[in-house]
Order: sequence, then structure tokens, then C-alpha cells
Amino acid sequence: MPTTQSSPPVEPVLAVRNLSVAFYLRRNIVTALDNVSFDIHRGEVLGMVGESGAGKSVTGAAVIGLIDSPGRITGGSVELHGQRLDTLPPEVMRRIRGRRISMVFQDPLTSLDPLFTVGDQLIETMRAHLDLTRRAARDRAVDLLDDVGIPAPDRRVNSYPHELSGGMRQRVVIALALCTEPDLVIADEPTTALDVAVQAQIIGVLKDQCARRGTAIMLVTHDMGVIAEMADRVAVMYAGRIVEIGRVRDVIADPRHPYTRGLMGAIPSLDAETDRLVQIPGTMPRLSSIPSGCAFHPRCPHAFSPCTRLRPATIADAAGHTVACHLAHPVQGAQAP
Amino acid sequence: MTSLPFVSVSNLSRRFDVSTPWARRVFLREPRQRLTAVDAVSFDIHRGETLGLVGESGSGKSTLARLVVGLLVPSAGSVTIDGVAITDPSQTSQSQRLRRRIHMIFQNPYASLNRRWRVERIVAEPIKAFGLLTESADIRERVDDLLRLVGLHPADRTKYPHEFSGGQRQRIAIARALSSQADFIVCDEPTSALDVSVQAQILNLMRDLQDRLGLTYLFISHNLAVVRHMARRIGVMYLGRLVEIADGRTLFRRPGHPYTKMLLDAVPDMTGTGGARPRVSGEIPSPIQPPSGCAFHPRCPRAFDRCRHETPFHINGVACHAAQTG
Repeated sequence: MPTTQSSPPVEPVLAVRNLSVAFYLRRNIVTALDNVSFDIHRGEVLGMVGESGAGKSVTGAAVIGLIDSPGRITGGSVELHGQRLDTLPPEVMRRIRGRRISMVFQDPLTSLDPLFTVGDQLIETMRAHLDLTRRAARDRAVDLLDDVGIPAPDRRVNSYPHELSGGMRQRVVIALALCTEPDLVIADEPTTALDVAVQAQIIGVLKDQCARRGTAIMLVTHDMGVIAEMADRVAVMYAGRIVEIGRVRDVIADPRHPYTRGLMGAIPSLDAETDRLVQIPGTMPRLSSIPSGCAFHPRCPHAFSPCTRLRPATIADAAGHTVACHLAHPVQGAQAP
Repeated sequence: MTSLPFVSVSNLSRRFDVSTPWARRVFLREPRQRLTAVDAVSFDIHRGETLGLVGESGSGKSTLARLVVGLLVPSAGSVTIDGVAITDPSQTSQSQRLRRRIHMIFQNPYASLNRRWRVERIVAEPIKAFGLLTESADIRERVDDLLRLVGLHPADRTKYPHEFSGGQRQRIAIARALSSQADFIVCDEPTSALDVSVQAQILNLMRDLQDRLGLTYLFISHNLAVVRHMARRIGVMYLGRLVEIADGRTLFRRPGHPYTKMLLDAVPDMTGTGGARPRVSGEIPSPIQPPSGCAFHPRCPRAFDRCRHETPFHINGVACHAAQTG
């Protein structure tokens, strides 16, 4: 599948090509990812948006090499600065994970160890990956906590996770993710467990810190608002496929895939008074029986005959706004209702 | 506002005792601790209207919902629904008759439905509990009607909750709420566990049902856009207090309380491109030792001396000294 990006001449931090992941269950095969391709550049935030089961989190797990049996990468490649990751042996991958790619998860309580102070966790992580003395690592931990906006970091470094509020814990998790100066941070629903006021703070911290360090971010979320606030580009996923990818502003102003349009219309707005929200009929297909052709065709108001048979190719415009839809094809566009 | 309000909540408060165990209090001299989850809240809801309530976690939204439906007994204040004070012990018989007409929809449809019961039993339970129908054929017909009403198939009757998706389960919860012909429904974060496209289906369904059946909703959510979509009037809660209550349009265009303004500024906006927005400062304090005076004063950009000492009263729906003095 050819993907056209608005590619600057520099090589991307992360290049994912035709990645497919399947889970081999006793009764059936679940296709969690199907031919997914995208790039993330230095300092860029790529948002992955979609509903439950769309494959957002699996994409993150596949990139970082955490697909467990019965799941398997069945095709494609993942490259970090040109180095192929998906074929690396687990021990080598373990050195990359945490060092060059790190993760921020939804629930900060489960990603922090309740028995160690936040300082110990930061120091341990840094010393496992970097050549630092304990004293130097501790100084750096205090600096990092300061960077992510924790007040009185020289005292907070000795706090246990339960002594911190949800927002403060998530700041610690961000500090943990950044402490080894990784090339890429995968943030999987980093603000979903937080209140809106705290969410705004966390988005700000993550964005500022990564921009300062030039860290690329893969932001996995179901919240289009968070994407609009934080991401540079967005990939919309449906049933394990990327249906649309482009600059956030372009996708929000001019969503080209019928699913993206439905998704945007389904979100209640703060300014406009709408009587009814756009309703996408039906439900997300089971990943063990994805419809033929375009996976969205049974729910699509514009579906016509090729949609049921042929999987749409991706079509990109000059700005790199790419969509996988038969209707978006210039020739067939004339038939669009 | 000529008619009597359908639901009237007046000075409603609820305190919880969160003291450490007796032995610790005696030997370690720890004082008793009380948490005021809801603090002197008053509002009215008119028939057929939706009142929205927003607030962050710990602001007392859910406690308020439970007080209004009678799942919790208030420490002070009263709840009057259709002229019957459900909090008044002398009106017990009337308030028992009222029970049928009040129902609640919870956030988590995975927990609010008994997973060992079939759908028909879940939906029929209120019908049987209130003795509305006795013939099993009648009950069956009513259950079928209800399932159709919420967009499910009558054949779903014999299934168990685990066979449904989150959105369908929430439909079952709505069918159950309507089965005793309830006309006042308290919805506590009904769509927070759902995906946006499913959320849109449930919100549309709830509005359709309101139009068809004349339902009155108390709609609670942390999501401002959802509340804005559902409710004509909106109340904002902070640390157990209702800090502002206003018409939705007014609240969103010209928020009176600094906290409301802060909340609105914090919502990630699809049209905004990020960046230049006032940063929110601080977090919601512990409700065990709330700040004196106006509970918002430590985070408030407009706070002055009076805010630290004096709890502001509601004037024109806004409880803020700064807004009142201009």
C-alpha cells in the first residue's frame, strides 16, 4: 500500500509499513491490525484516534514489541531511525524499550510501583539504561520532577505514589517516560482517567516537554478534543485499519472518510446547540469477521458496489491528507451522492 | 415559572463520618473527621425539563444524585418531588407511592445489571415490584414494548447482559427505568463508559424518549459538552457546593463564576488549535478540610480578602463575591 506523506527530506523517527497483527485464538483468528502504515517525525505528535477495538492500543504495543502470544505480527515492518524493530530478539528489544521508546499509560497507579518512592523509581530507570551515578541520577530526578511541574520537587522525590494526587502521579509517569531521553513516547490514553482541568495541565506538560526535547509522540486516545489540542497529525482507525490520516487541522475542517465525518458529528459541541447528534448506524464489526472490501461499508451511508468487494486504496493530496475510501478517488468522486 | 417545580431541592446537605477507627481516635488522640459531600444545595427542575450538573471528581455530583432519588438520607435539607417531600418522614406513604416514578441510570452498565438474570427479568423487575401488572402474558408484552422503545429487539428478551455491548446494556438500563412508568430519571454519567458514536446513539435515544414520554431528567456528567447538549439549564458543582446555576447558553457564553470559566477554558476544543489558552492552576482540594469562605478561593484569580472568610450566597445563580461586587 503506497503511503504518501508530506515528507520532509529527513528520515522519520518511526516508520511503520504495512503492519499487520493477528491473534490466533482457538476458534478463530482475530485481525487486530491490517496493513497499517504511518511515519512519525522528530518532535511531532501523531494522534491515533478511534473507538474501542479499532486497534489503537495494539498499534502501540506492536511498535514497542509487546504483542504477546496468541498475538503475532503477521506482516510489515517497524523501523526506529532506520533500525528494524519487529525482527529484533526480545533481549535486544528490552534495551530499546524504556531507553529509546517509552510509554505513558492511562492509569498512573498501575504504572507506578506502590512500594518505592517516585525518586527511587526514576533513579532505577535511569541507572538501568544510562551510565549515571546514584547521586547524579537523583539530581536529575529532581530536575525532571521540576520540569513536569511538580511543586517542591526536592521533597516530592521522596514521596510514595499514594501520597500524590492523580494529576501529580501522571506527571511522575511522564517524568519516568522522559528520564532516559527517548526518541519516541507512546502515550496510551494519558489523560482519560483525569478530570478536565487536570487533563489540560497534563496535555500542556507532555506537549511542552516533548517539544523541548524534540521527542516524537504517538498519542493514542479516543478523545478527538485531546487530539485537536495536542497532535500535529491524526490517524483515524477503524476495525484495525487507518482510514484517514492527515494534519489535524485538515482532518477536522475537512474529514474525507464517511467514518471520520460520522465520528466528528457524534461529538457534542460546546458552542453550537444541536438537536440531534449524527448517529452512525450499527456497531463496530467483530475483528474475527471484518466485512469484505471496505470494512466500514455496512454502516456507510454512501456505500456503493465497489465498497463491498474491493478494499479501497489510500489516496493522498499534496498536503499529505490521506484517505482510504472509494468515494475519495478522483474518478469515482463524480458519482458521490 | 408559573407552575410549581416538579422537583425541588432545598438546602440539601450530606456529611459522611470518615474518622479513623475508635481505637486510633482514643489512643492516638485523633479527632473525628467529617466530610461534607453535599453542602446546602438548592435547585428546582420543572416538568419535562433536563437539569444538567457538571463538576470534577469529588465535587459531590453522585452523592447529590443518590440523595435526590432517596438512596441516601440527607443530613439536612429536603427533596420535594411533585409536591411530596420524600425526605419528610410524615409523608412516608405518599413518598412510597412516588418511588415508582423515580428511577436512576448508572454510569457502568456492566455493574448495574444483574449478570445472572435474563433481560426480561431485569426489565420486568420494577413492574413486579410495584405490582403494576400481574398476568405474565401482560408483563411479557410490556417488556417487548419497552425493548422496542429503546431500540432493542423483543427476541433479546431471553439473553443475558454479557451478550450485549456497552451501549445495548445502557439501553436495557433505560428500559428498566421506564418499565414502572417513571417520569423522573436521574442519570449519573450515563454515557461516560461508552464510545463517542455509541454515546451519540444513547443521547439521541434519551432525548427522543423525553419528547415522547415527557420525562424529566437530572443529568450528571463530568463532560461539559454532553451536558450542554442534553440540558437547558446547567448547575456547576465544586467541593459539594453548587457554585453556579444558569441557562445553558448563558453559562457557556458568559460564565459568572471563575470556576465555571476555568472549567470551560480547560475543555479541549476541536475548533481551537491549542496553545494560547489560560493555563489552569491547582487541583481540587480535599473535601475533608475544604478551604474557608468560598472553597474555590485558593485557585481563584479574582479572590480577595472577603472570599477567604465569607461563604458567598447565590445571587442570580452565581455564588461568588467577585462576580457580585463586579
